[in-house]
Amino acid sequence: MRLEPIEAPSPARRIVPPALAMAATFLVAAALALIAGGNPFAVFGLILTGAFGSKFALLETLNSATPLIFTGLAIAVAFRAKLWNIGAEAQLYAGAVLTVILGTGALGLPSYLMLPLCGLAAMLAGALLLLGPALLKTRLGVDEVVTTLLFNFIFLLFVSYLLEGPLKDPMGMGWPKSARLTSEARLPRIVEGLRLHWGFALALVAALLVWVINTRTTLGYEMRAVGQNAEAAGFAGIPVTRVILKTALLSGGLAGLAGFSEVSGLKGALTLDLSPGFGYTGIVVAMLALLHPLGVVLAALFVAAIFVGADSMSRAVGVPSYIADIMLASALLFMVLAILLTKFRVRRD
Amino acid sequence: MSTTTEAQVVLRLQGITKRFGPVTANEEVSFDLHRGEVIALLGENGAGKTTLMNILFGQYTADAGEVELFGQPLPPGAPRAALDAGVGMVHQHFTLADNLTVWENIVLGVDDLSGLSLKPREVKSRIRALSERFHLKVDPSAKVGRLTVGERQRVEILKALYRDAKILILDEPTAVLTPQEAEALFATLEEAIATGLSVIFISHKLHEVMAISHRVLVLRHGQLVAERATDSTNREELAALMVGAEVAAPSIESAAPGAPLLSLREVSTPDHGAAPGLKSLNLTLAAGQITGLAGVSGNGQAALSDLLSGLITPASGEMMLAGQSIKNWSARSAIAQGIARIPEDRHKTGTIADFDLTENAILETYASRFSRRGWMDWARARAFTKDLIQTYDVRCPGPDIRIRLLSGGNMQKLILGRVLEEEPQIILANQPVRGLDIGAVNYVHEQLAKARDRGAAVLLISEDLDEIMQLSDVIHVISEGRLSPGFARGSMRPEELGGWMAGHGFDAEATDAA
Repeated sequence: MRLEPIEAPSPARRIVPPALAMAATFLVAAALALIAGGNPFAVFGLILTGAFGSKFALLETLNSATPLIFTGLAIAVAFRAKLWNIGAEAQLYAGAVLTVILGTGALGLPSYLMLPLCGLAAMLAGALLLLGPALLKTRLGVDEVVTTLLFNFIFLLFVSYLLEGPLKDPMGMGWPKSARLTSEARLPRIVEGLRLHWGFALALVAALLVWVINTRTTLGYEMRAVGQNAEAAGFAGIPVTRVILKTALLSGGLAGLAGFSEVSGLKGALTLDLSPGFGYTGIVVAMLALLHPLGVVLAALFVAAIFVGADSMSRAVGVPSYIADIMLASALLFMVLAILLTKFRVRRD
Repeated sequence: MSTTTEAQVVLRLQGITKRFGPVTANEEVSFDLHRGEVIALLGENGAGKTTLMNILFGQYTADAGEVELFGQPLPPGAPRAALDAGVGMVHQHFTLADNLTVWENIVLGVDDLSGLSLKPREVKSRIRALSERFHLKVDPSAKVGRLTVGERQRVEILKALYRDAKILILDEPTAVLTPQEAEALFATLEEAIATGLSVIFISHKLHEVMAISHRVLVLRHGQLVAERATDSTNREELAALMVGAEVAAPSIESAAPGAPLLSLREVSTPDHGAAPGLKSLNLTLAAGQITGLAGVSGNGQAALSDLLSGLITPASGEMMLAGQSIKNWSARSAIAQGIARIPEDRHKTGTIADFDLTENAILETYASRFSRRGWMDWARARAFTKDLIQTYDVRCPGPDIRIRLLSGGNMQKLILGRVLEEEPQIILANQPVRGLDIGAVNYVHEQLAKARDRGAAVLLISEDLDEIMQLSDVIHVISEGRLSPGFARGSMRPEELGGWMAGHGFDAEATDAA
């Protein structure tokens, strides 16, 4: 079998394979639900109502989508410029660490200064964390996939050290946990009494801003050019190295914001389970969104809905919530294949 | 019809049709190839030559029609079947493994390299016999990475002969050869034909087609529009058949040189892998002159072009622009200093395939002309692109389509427009017409001549000696990074330049020893 590139794909060819990919995802999940002894229709119904069925469920889904929007944007920005940032997990924690350092009482600032300060510091921390691998890539040609991926482990161990040492909550009864943020450093809820916090709105604004940067600004044009064809970009006088470094700062900054939003909006303190792999799931989100910043919002909602819905479904019918992981994994695999099929046709030798 | 005696038909194409979406690459193409015959396949770029050969070779499946080899129908879409039936193809871009030796490359895919049955001694002696018989001099034990381009081509041909090819397809075989090497290739082909081999020869170069072929098939827009016995046609007729209209090459008058605009003094650059850097090069580009740089590819043209493009800096020596020594040299400063650069590879270096025409048109000037405080002015960029499309006759549906959908000629016109709009003082044109059809070639040449006439200094780098001799006021030859003296228009015959291209003459002034 061989792949033959398609010069100008028809609209049908651009829509049908991704639609089939989603269909295949649900087929796989349906089969697994059957094996686990559930009625697939009931399972999907419960996932749906579990994710969107009540005000509580909906807000839970939006809250869960928030960090994924940030990390998804971080990945989408980087991948579009062919900077393979696998380190959003560490960048998220770097943002969270800075938020905790500044927000647990060290500074006596009012909320309207405290929150921007924590947010910017978190962005800076995430940005600087990715700047290192980006410099290694541009200066010495070190593969950033390896450096960013492995740095995740180093940084998580560093956070673990911080939570056992300097940042440990003296009132925490020995748990590896930071002190709680002061109320000035907490992102308020959008509507009083409902759990949804302003981090979600911030994530939507971030998505909009990234879209504007991509399409309207000089930097966006440069990032796209470098990503699509660095050789032609360099020949045309685009400062490729500088563009890659700026991309790294933007990407790392977005991931850092995820950490800020989670600590300040949701958890109120830093623990080692702040992120159940949002940095990695962000890759899935970005890929499902075809690296489009507004698509990232939709993809993050989809992923969050599956996780939240599957949790509630498994409580109801006893089909394990692992089905969410499988759905996500198969959605990604089928989608990658589908994207291939929008660009190539398969020929049999 | 063929005037020779009815030789055996070895290959028959019957009604071959191939479509890519709305584009018809081949339509109802039928022809026969006889034993011991050379057919030339002539056509503009995009006329469907390569598609047709890929179908014959099983890489594409035809939508309609069939291929018969030696009376047997060829199963469609099976490269192995074509190989086994005795079809050999020498691609324009060689398909050899640099890290293997000549003999290993030749048996690759035929015999199992890891197998115990392989007997290197026998293989090598068979290769030696073949290379003697067909005058294809090459050492079977040499590493391919060390070979010259001409030698590599010989290995490709040997590879086909080793597999007992009865039909040899050569895709633009002389593009990378000196005139002398091309002569040797033709001698080899004569020998091969005498033994009954049949050849399909794909070329743009009319004089080669006239010299080597028995029959000429002309493809235009995927259709076979004409078939001529070579001895009953001429270059003018073939050129007209190719483009469907009488074409006249622009006549370019000689011009007196103006002030020197750019000069290199004893400039050297490091070697880049197998590609040599510049070796103490002296070169002056004068206003109102086209300076031609002839040479076999891979002799330092890339280094010179990269240097003038701002991609590399001299390791030693001095580069002067309008009397000023250059510091902080980069692509952006080259553009700012008024150097128009037409890159060798318009797909890889000149354009970004998935960007639309507007995004490509402003690639070099977006920062200075189409961006304000970090924001792009897309409305102005689009209007600018529309103007370019008009002025430079880029045939396209509009400025919003992706550039990958344009033909090579139209792509090149957009690049030309992009750089010439700035009224550059210096123009670096590296292989500006490679792969273009005759109409586009003439257009590019006219634009270069026009720029020269308004006082620009043009450096034309080309592997096509005809092009160099037709356009240049001064000709230099480059060989292994060294530059010959400048020869005035008309002062050298092609064979003399060929001698310089092969590296003769450079040492004469340097040393009498060795």
